[in-house]
Amino acid sequence: MPADVLVIGAGVVGAATAWYAARSGHSVTVVDRGPVAGGTTGAGEGNILVSDKPPGAELDLALLSSGLWRDLAVEVGGFEFDPKGGLVVAATPPGYEALVSLASSQSGAGVETVVVPAGELAEHEPHLTPSLAGGVLYPGDAQVQPMLAAARLLRAARARGATVRTGVEVTGFLRSGDRVVGVRTSAGDLPAGAVVNAAGTWGGDIASLAGVDVPVLPRRGFILVTEPLPRLVRHKVFAAEYVANVASDDADLQTSPVVEGTESGTILIGASRERVGYDRTLSVRVLRALAAQAVALFPVLADVKVIRTYRGFRPYCPDHLPVIGPDPRAPGLFHACGHEGAGIGLAAATGRLIAQLLGEEPPSLDLAPFRPERFGPVVAP
Amino acid sequence: MATSPYDVAVVGAGPAGLAAAAAALAGGARVALIDAGRQPGGQYWRHRPGDLGAVADLHHDLGAFRRLVAGAAGAVRHFGQHVWTVSGSAADGFTVHAVAGDAETEVPARRLVLAPGAYDRQVPFRGWDLPGVHTAGGAQALLKGHEVLVGRRVVVGGTGPFLLPVAAGLAARGARVAGVYEANRPAGWIRHAGAVLPVAAKLTEGAGYAAALARHRVPFHTRQAIVAAHGGDAVEAVTVARLDHDWRIVAGSERVVECDAVAVGWGFTPQLELPLALGCATRVDADGSLVVEVDERQTTSVPGVHVAGEACGVGGAALAVAEGSIAGVAAAGVTSAPASLRRRRRALRRFAAAMHAVHPVRAGWQSWLADDTLVCRCEEVSAGEVRTALDELGATDVRTAKLLSRAGMGWCQGRVCGYATACLTASCTGTAPDLRGVSERPIAAPISLGTLAGDPGHIGQQ
Amino acid sequence: MSAAFEFDGREVAFTDGQTVGAALVAAGVRSWRTTRREGRPRGIFCGIGVCFDCLVTVDDVPNQRACLVPAAAGAIVRSQEGDGRGHLAV
Ligand SMILES: Cc1cc2nc3c(=O)[nH]c(=O)nc-3n(C[C@H](O)[C@H](O)[C@H](O)COP(=O)(O)OP(=O)(O)OC[C@H]3O[C@@H](n4cnc5c(N)ncnc54)[C@H](O)[C@@H]3O)c2cc1C
Ligand code: FES
Repeated sequence: MPADVLVIGAGVVGAATAWYAARSGHSVTVVDRGPVAGGTTGAGEGNILVSDKPPGAELDLALLSSGLWRDLAVEVGGFEFDPKGGLVVAATPPGYEALVSLASSQSGAGVETVVVPAGELAEHEPHLTPSLAGGVLYPGDAQVQPMLAAARLLRAARARGATVRTGVEVTGFLRSGDRVVGVRTSAGDLPAGAVVNAAGTWGGDIASLAGVDVPVLPRRGFILVTEPLPRLVRHKVFAAEYVANVASDDADLQTSPVVEGTESGTILIGASRERVGYDRTLSVRVLRALAAQAVALFPVLADVKVIRTYRGFRPYCPDHLPVIGPDPRAPGLFHACGHEGAGIGLAAATGRLIAQLLGEEPPSLDLAPFRPERFGPVVAP
Repeated sequence: MATSPYDVAVVGAGPAGLAAAAAALAGGARVALIDAGRQPGGQYWRHRPGDLGAVADLHHDLGAFRRLVAGAAGAVRHFGQHVWTVSGSAADGFTVHAVAGDAETEVPARRLVLAPGAYDRQVPFRGWDLPGVHTAGGAQALLKGHEVLVGRRVVVGGTGPFLLPVAAGLAARGARVAGVYEANRPAGWIRHAGAVLPVAAKLTEGAGYAAALARHRVPFHTRQAIVAAHGGDAVEAVTVARLDHDWRIVAGSERVVECDAVAVGWGFTPQLELPLALGCATRVDADGSLVVEVDERQTTSVPGVHVAGEACGVGGAALAVAEGSIAGVAAAGVTSAPASLRRRRRALRRFAAAMHAVHPVRAGWQSWLADDTLVCRCEEVSAGEVRTALDELGATDVRTAKLLSRAGMGWCQGRVCGYATACLTASCTGTAPDLRGVSERPIAAPISLGTLAGDPGHIGQQ
Repeated sequence: MSAAFEFDGREVAFTDGQTVGAALVAAGVRSWRTTRREGRPRGIFCGIGVCFDCLVTVDDVPNQRACLVPAAAGAIVRSQEGDGRGHLAV
């Protein structure tokens, strides 16, 4: 029997979509050519952030999502949800001023913010370097272990009747006229009432299999992992420049310090952003930059050992917004991809919105800014 | 200061690396020799500073060792240096990044010979994390390197020809070896006599150990294994049991043997971090280990990168020396190694394959585990937790099993438990163990953030 | 040649070229750290720097591999708990 919904991608976005769709009573099949969370979901830090987004469509999506994650932690759970809050710091007085003014506009959009003058930073983060101009605390920022989150959401979806098929690659679409009525896969044809493209960084490839253009490109990032430590860092701590880097179009290497602890004791250090395609080679230059910035922020880390590093490819679109919604160029096809460096955080809202569309309910948010066809003309099939 | 690269950087100063350095020097190359240890010799010729006199009776082929050290004397030594990564290419030149304490060194080179060796392969068993339980190589290292006995009453177990010298060495230095428990029935190698005969020296070595064990009245049991260790703060006894063909415990055969130390090994795991960092192609060898694929000249799939010794197939010191010599010749750009050397390598590889054929690791060890038996010692992840990741969380490959259970995510980065986790995953998915998924470690040695952040010293040829 | 370092307040003799771990084993010390999760005792396992079971604090630097650190006369060696950096916790 054909599934109501076929989800391509067993990353966190596909998992959240499967969970919300299954919970609304749809029969769901998830396929992935790799394992569960084998794409970018297994390569991220797992932050659920409102702090790094200026007021606008993405912030609205993030606010919706952060509330939903809190519910998921109770409904599903088992993925190390930690509402620890984020602390953004600025090194210079002008940087601090800009940060405080961003915070005030964010707070107008519904984000909880607490301005922390230089003298009070140590109360929040005792190991932070004393030479900072000030910061802003965002109690709404949280963290999950992203692979566990995807695995637990899929397990919960399976408990509601969903099927998860890993090692199955989508190679084409089944069409009835214009309509998408299923997918061709390495394991045969899978007809479905609707198909959701949650293929992350590879979402553009899936779209082109359907003859439509959705420009998703990879943006490489490395993360350093330290030896297991006691709690040295309470919040996700990052420098104000991170906010600028996130929204940048510069292809060159950018790094800005992002430091945070995890439940397992390791500290994760990011963040680098480079457009180098899918080049997997280790870049010693990037690792050095990440280490230097982390030590500048937290001098106590200087003699702490790095034991691991990993890299991932963030799926980004030219306007740095994800693609969420039905594709008018291929009826029956929905997109849920291109979340760049925020796909863990935005997954809950994305899954919920897609489930609402599938159930023909009004979506909780205006989806116009995320329209798949916003980038340009249709590519001939 | 501008530095010009070495012609050849050799990583590892064990039998293979020493031979490679000596051969490359003989071929006219300028050579850097880098090793984490403070002495040349690697695991095989491990010894304290100075001469090997005090432990000469525990060693073999000391003549060969002295010749190699003399031959490699012209290499610039970087000892006590842990290589944390290698980067570059034949076109742009390679860089070996090494760290010693808080100081980092970068060694530039046109070509590389990687001879990182191997360490004991382990499978978990109940109580294996008790103090006093050691790897066979660990017991051997304490003895050869420090003249320290791991205990007074020692039980030796696992599989492979390496158990014999370990037991013989312990007995020679006065430990009571309560028994050697070999899980296979290696007398079967007689059937492979054709492969074995050309390297008769190896045979006499084995016969020597057997005689030593007999002299010290060390019982040698086959098709038996140490399946559990017991004790409070340290090991006090082990349970040994007879195994069936698949290594399941024969019901009712368990026996408790008292001891104050244990030495276990199940063959060897080659260290592949560095070749994998450079993208070298791999294959699975006859002993089930992931090894680097090399051609006649010990060249890997990556131009300019040669691998010699255990990292391209576990086969002992004599084979490592032959491979190292061939790799050194190739890296120095000399056309080709003498035919006699290549014949010797072929014979020794046949011998190794024959040994592997009679010392397999069979999946039945998995049935010895209780749910709460630790698989990952660092992160204290139990067999039950690994199985939950596989059965309930939907992991279908070892990388996912690892990331969901945290097995292999601690200090040792899965060097010890990677093999076991790959096997547990394979049993669950009905596939062959994916060792590649547990062998990549882009940071091959821990390095402090402060050191990584700083500007490393560049040490090149003036 | 024989010298000694201090281990948890007692003297441990070592001979030239021995590591801290080898000297401890020779002195009959089997374990010198406890694990993070279950507080289990650990000492030397692999003996060659691979397993990180033997972590120990030497001269106030935690998490050193006892099987690799050369013993030095007068060094202060301390057993350690968990991550070895509990004093830094906030
Ligand atoms: C270094 C780094 C740090 C990050 N930190 C954070 C963070 O702290 N917070 C945050 O919110 N985000 C973070 N991100 C971003 C986040 O990881 C991604 O946005 C998110 O994982 C995207 O999820 P996804 O489900 O869309 O994609 P993926 O997890 O990549 O899932 C897509 C899946 O589709 C499958 N697929 C592709 N093509 C096919 C096909 N033809 N057939 C079948 N299956 C196919 C793939 O195998 C894959 O499993 C980070 C990213 C990086 C690289
Ligand atoms: S005993 Fe294994 S690292 Fe020291």
